[in-house]
Amino acid sequence: MNKLIVPNLLNSLNSVLPEIALSLTLVAIVVFDLIFNKNKIILPYISIAGLVITFILLVSQFGISTTAFSVSETLSFLSLDGFSLFFKVLILITTTFIVLFSISSSEVHSCSDRHGEYYALIFGMVIGMFFMVSANDLILIYLSLELLSLSSYVLAGFVKTSIRNSEAQLKYLIYGSASSGIMLFGMSVLYGITGSTNLSEINTLINSPDGNQLTFLISIIMIFAGIGFKISIVPFHFWTPDVYEGAPISITAFLSVASKAAGFAVLIRFLKVTFATSINGSGYWQLIQFIDWQTLLILFSIITMTYGNFAALWQDNIKRMLAYSSIAHAGYLMLGVAVLSNQGILAVLVYFFIYMFMNLGAFYVVMLIANKINSEEIDDYKGIGYSLPLLGTALGIFLVSLTGLPPTAGFIGKLYLFIALVDANMITVAIIALLNTVVSLYYYIRVLRAMFLVKTDIKTELKLSVLNYVVLFLLIAPVLILGVYFGPLVNFAKASVQILGF
Amino acid sequence: MNNFPILSFLTFLPVLGMLIVLFLPKKEVQAIRITTLIVTGLQIVFSIILVMGYNYSAGGINDANSFQFKEFFNWISISDFAGIGKIKIDYFLGVDGLSTPLVLLTAIVTFIATLSSWNIDKSVKGYFLMFLLLDTGMMGTFVALDFFLFYIFWELMLLPMYFLIGIWGGPRREYAAIKFFLYTLFGSIFILLVMIGLYFSSMETLADGTRVFTFNLLELMNTANYTETGILSPLNPNNLRLVAYIALFVGFAIKIPMFPFHTWLPDAHVEAPTAISVILAGVLLKMGTYGILRIAYPIFPEITYQLAWWIALFGMINIIYGALAAMAQKDFKKLIAYSSVSHMGFVMLGMSALNTMGISGAILQMFNHGTITAMLFLIVGVIYDRAHTRDLEAFGGLGKQMPIYTGFVTIAFFAAIGLPGLSGFISEALVFLGGFGSGTTRILAVVSTLGILLGAAYMLWTMQRVYLGSLNEKWKDLTDLTGREYAMLVPLTIIVIYLGVNPSPMLNLMNASVNAMVKFIADAQVFYSSINTL
Repeated sequence: MNKLIVPNLLNSLNSVLPEIALSLTLVAIVVFDLIFNKNKIILPYISIAGLVITFILLVSQFGISTTAFSVSETLSFLSLDGFSLFFKVLILITTTFIVLFSISSSEVHSCSDRHGEYYALIFGMVIGMFFMVSANDLILIYLSLELLSLSSYVLAGFVKTSIRNSEAQLKYLIYGSASSGIMLFGMSVLYGITGSTNLSEINTLINSPDGNQLTFLISIIMIFAGIGFKISIVPFHFWTPDVYEGAPISITAFLSVASKAAGFAVLIRFLKVTFATSINGSGYWQLIQFIDWQTLLILFSIITMTYGNFAALWQDNIKRMLAYSSIAHAGYLMLGVAVLSNQGILAVLVYFFIYMFMNLGAFYVVMLIANKINSEEIDDYKGIGYSLPLLGTALGIFLVSLTGLPPTAGFIGKLYLFIALVDANMITVAIIALLNTVVSLYYYIRVLRAMFLVKTDIKTELKLSVLNYVVLFLLIAPVLILGVYFGPLVNFAKASVQILGF
Repeated sequence: MNNFPILSFLTFLPVLGMLIVLFLPKKEVQAIRITTLIVTGLQIVFSIILVMGYNYSAGGINDANSFQFKEFFNWISISDFAGIGKIKIDYFLGVDGLSTPLVLLTAIVTFIATLSSWNIDKSVKGYFLMFLLLDTGMMGTFVALDFFLFYIFWELMLLPMYFLIGIWGGPRREYAAIKFFLYTLFGSIFILLVMIGLYFSSMETLADGTRVFTFNLLELMNTANYTETGILSPLNPNNLRLVAYIALFVGFAIKIPMFPFHTWLPDAHVEAPTAISVILAGVLLKMGTYGILRIAYPIFPEITYQLAWWIALFGMINIIYGALAAMAQKDFKKLIAYSSVSHMGFVMLGMSALNTMGISGAILQMFNHGTITAMLFLIVGVIYDRAHTRDLEAFGGLGKQMPIYTGFVTIAFFAAIGLPGLSGFISEALVFLGGFGSGTTRILAVVSTLGILLGAAYMLWTMQRVYLGSLNEKWKDLTDLTGREYAMLVPLTIIVIYLGVNPSPMLNLMNASVNAMVKFIADAQVFYSSINTL
């Protein structure tokens, strides 16, 4: 086996070209930051160039399904499959938008001397996420998760001058470290029981469980706590509202989409590769039934969405409101996982892709408005629909899409989710989720009410740059087009449900 | 003319209008209004062309071949892959005798509402953008023959309606708008669930012989398409068809609105501007009953049979409760709103009879109620524009002050009461003939006649309080109708009188379809009872 290592490593390097490109971009950013320390304007463009190169390298991996960094014939560290590719594309698109957001963010501009570390840390997060979504080994999952977390702790408190920013950072750090500690402990217990850190190997080892079931259960719950923290599932969500409110908006948007996507990718892969024994003809997974997975997941998702939606009702700060709404959306997405079928995963992928555009869009408009009126209170949005009609309408479209009303894309995401639920005969759950949608309408519409139903005489003039218009267009167009023509997206998602190892 | 996509044109003409309005500068108020007027005027022209080219002998309902002005193409078709993701959605439009009268009604009412919107002066551009979007949603709902498409149009109406009430409404507009939105959305989630359930219960056979799940309403009606295991398939012994029917019915009933889901209506009407009240009562309420007739009836015929008595019962409650509530109102507009509740009860009563008379009466009543209530709300609008109050007690003797106006009021009121010679009489008579003719609903129909009496009572009492008696000195400066108000009231009056004297054009229009539906529901019994005996 040892003879294989060198060629194996060389071959594997080919498979991680996108990640290498990302790392080189990170280095380039740091170097340019040192060379051009007077003129930081170039940094976002370097970032975008790096992202484009990564994207090209990623596209060349399309349709490839392979493993990399193998340790034996069957076991490997990385799984490069359609599933990881989908999430990588999603993360790349998100990152590109975040870099574009940052160019016009006044929060980021207020710390112009530290732009270098800002973009470098974003790339740190992206590299972490790229490894996370394809990791097939507990150690790699942990390492990439930490890379992601450490970078995001710093970014959450990037604007040091504001008090709530530092508070957010500290909270995030403490909650984050505690939960990764718990996760690591769970992993070590799992390793103790099975003697392996490779997910596929653990699968074969626990297929005939004769060890201590309770210990096993505890280790699984601990690992789930760590992942649950990343995707802010109740009861691991406490950090979310504070961090979302305190962090710079561009970073909040990043956390709410990309980092959540990476968390979901790990959750799904971990669940499927570690516990699935077979998949039947209709795409339903058979999991090792030492606990009732489905009930557990449904319980978590219902609590999460209900809590998120009801807590959002009482929020006066739009960032906090969007934080709770993102908790609720995590609940919907979790339902897709809870179906435990390829159909459910398809729903998650479709939903996530659409969620990316509408959530980023909502945060982008909030950022542009905050640049101008310097406030994120919903009360201060009064009359925005008249003084800033374009931004008001754009935010309106994104919020309607988040509610899930046709003809916006948000409806298609929900439709696929409910199709998966009804197909699995989970009618009661579907009804609860739908009632949640009605609740969510109330707080989304509250923003619309403030913007359009209250007319004020305040004249707000906001000059948008060409870049602003372009970014807005790039976000609105998919939200509207995917609402009436979603064939290509679903086909892409369908080609991506395949997860290696099972 | 045969290949011209007239239904798409009717549906998306307002979107075209929206684009024009969007590019007109905010200050060009008159141009924006005229654009909307032209768009809605063209809709009338094209719906008349539609009626002229209509084949009176074609039934429609469940038979794709006898639908007219069909447009069909695969909108979204995603093939099967390892048991996941298969989905087929058609862009399928067509009209039959059930939808043609309502398309015509929508065109007329929208045009009149445009005229009535002339005095809107707050954010005119936004108003007409929302108005036109609403128009597309309404037209689309009546011509869609694919459940998914239907649902999109159905939901498309919510948001513009929310803004139209919420921005341009009265003092409590925010409350009324959100109440409307939450109620209707609550109803639509049930429709959505049933839609997905039905999707998994029927499989359509394509030309190449493969079978796929479908949203196509006509395929969903086809009893040969049921799958063995679908939760809404009668072949599945544990099916949930009864529950689904009730859910679907409630979803539509909120829009009718059926007691006890009617509480949003008085609020919405009172707060909405006149034009929007006209559309709400004239068209939107019909969507509820149309949805039941188009979707619930033919897809669940056996449950319809089973629950006909209950539908009639709720119809009766609506008639009597609405009338009693109307009698207790002090606000003119609220009175008309409750009278709508009462009159929509007649539609439900007629539907529940399941015979040709009853269903014809129900459809005709939908059309007549649309025109008569539009008139009634315009009448309230006229007086509110001048007096800025709708308190019934505040007036008196307006007949002397505004004689021509009072003439129109008299016609509208008598039409609403159901006086012979005016359109309301024909449809109510048909509803009762149908109701008496069906054994299930006979007693309920007899009790419902009380509603006519109560209707006469509150209408005449209102007549007396507002228009007769001595003139309140406060109103001696009120002027009679303006030219624009004539333009709104005269066409409606002509329709009301003409259909009262000669209802046959409208009845002929729907006759073949009503017969087809009655026959389809009766025939379907054989199929469903054969399953139950297995």
